[in-house]
Amino acid sequence: MRFSGWRVLKEGLTGNRGWGPQWRDPEPKREYDVVIIGGGGHGLATAYYLAAEHGIINIAVLEKGYLGGGNVGRNTTIVRANYYLPGNSEFYSHSLRLWEGLEQELNYNAMMSQRGMINLFHNDGQRDAIVRRGNAIINQGDDAELLDQDAVRRLVPYLNFDNNRFPIMGGLLQRRAGTARHDAVAWGFARGADMRGVDLIQNCEVTGIDVEGGRVTGVQTARGPIRAKKVALAAAGRSSQVAALAGLTLPIESHVLQAFVTEGIKPLVDHVVTFAEGHLYISQSDKGGLVFGSYLDFYSSYAARGNLPMVEHTMETCLAMVPAISKARLLRSWGGIMDMTPDGSPIIDHSPIAGLYLNCGWCYGGFKATPGSGNAYAHLIATDRPHGAAAKFRLDRFSTGHGLMDEEGTGAQHNLH
Amino acid sequence: MRIHCPLCGARDRREFSYKGAALVRPLAAAESEAWHAYVNLRENPAGPLAELWYHEMGCGSWLQVTRDTVNHTVSEVVLARDAALGAGV
Repeated sequence: MRFSGWRVLKEGLTGNRGWGPQWRDPEPKREYDVVIIGGGGHGLATAYYLAAEHGIINIAVLEKGYLGGGNVGRNTTIVRANYYLPGNSEFYSHSLRLWEGLEQELNYNAMMSQRGMINLFHNDGQRDAIVRRGNAIINQGDDAELLDQDAVRRLVPYLNFDNNRFPIMGGLLQRRAGTARHDAVAWGFARGADMRGVDLIQNCEVTGIDVEGGRVTGVQTARGPIRAKKVALAAAGRSSQVAALAGLTLPIESHVLQAFVTEGIKPLVDHVVTFAEGHLYISQSDKGGLVFGSYLDFYSSYAARGNLPMVEHTMETCLAMVPAISKARLLRSWGGIMDMTPDGSPIIDHSPIAGLYLNCGWCYGGFKATPGSGNAYAHLIATDRPHGAAAKFRLDRFSTGHGLMDEEGTGAQHNLH
Repeated sequence: MRIHCPLCGARDRREFSYKGAALVRPLAAAESEAWHAYVNLRENPAGPLAELWYHEMGCGSWLQVTRDTVNHTVSEVVLARDAALGAGV
């Protein structure tokens, strides 16, 4: 079923009775070429690119709950390519280019909105850092523009420019950054994968990973054993538990990151804006709700809800930046489980077990990585060689110390990112 | 969340800062694999976890807190010096 303007018009005139399910609900087969554990954004994107670019269609995506029910449905929907360090820089650049063609490729409205992102700076040191970052972004081939205070004021006049403690000196604008409809990204990849023959199997928890002679042979699931030539992890915050099924211990701690949304208000926040004193990012959804978030709760957690001190902190920071929204009521908040690595950068690599692949450690940056991650992971699984844009996401950088990507410069240690 | 400090009593989580999993520190001469495991690798359980908290805005003690990472129930708190984490492996 292809979507088109003509189809929407026709269905609108005929009572919308012609829409069918967008993917099948198949029974698991006994054997697949590739089994992907995790039916979130990254897992579904991986299945899609394996089928679309590598011609591998005998694939099952096994999901414990329902498709897109994890972090791809629990984020602040921001898409950007403004990383500084080699490794991250080329990867997120690659991912943003995929985002830009995603809706045409998937024939699915992901509501990709390149509304621009402004990273504010508030002191000379931050200005230096942001200029340096902007230059790195431009060298990578992406866009960055340095804004002075007047330029920021013209673009985002609703900010608090009279804040003596956190004066807004300027910002870095990336026009190609923006937001996308998070659920639609998962659904678009799911539909695209299903159309190419991938089996998307929900309510199918993996309870064991079979390894014989150092090579993976299949998985045990809540719906019976499934043999597989290759098994690919894409379990985000639950990566440690899934890896433990194969006897692996990962350099990952799971932490909760909260996000918040207000009631719908008239259009106010046209861009994604980040506040660097206290760390806050805010955008406005197409429904009118202000979507924002700040730090991790900063202790290990699998509770998909956050603690109140961080709620308070986030509200305070938000109002320091945009006092105009102090009367807006908070509609809801949620928490996602982040798979945090010591250096804050992800892992797309082989595991020590032949045929078992790792895609984890996305920290709080997994959403914008979705197409890039799926694309690079599919390349690794299909060819057994890393994708050029993700070659530095190696697992062994933690044991060797070579190639650590500590984007924040806080030190490659747990709990510092 | 409240943590029952053995010296100060039950205190708000905001008085404490977090270090992470309470692991036995390897000896200085230990193999690099042991240090890699200590610095980087984590069991990361969804359930009870022994971890280190610092009572920063209280008595300044390091505590070993056993907390369930799913529901934040604290089942045990002892002073870190009694947990013998520096014994070496």
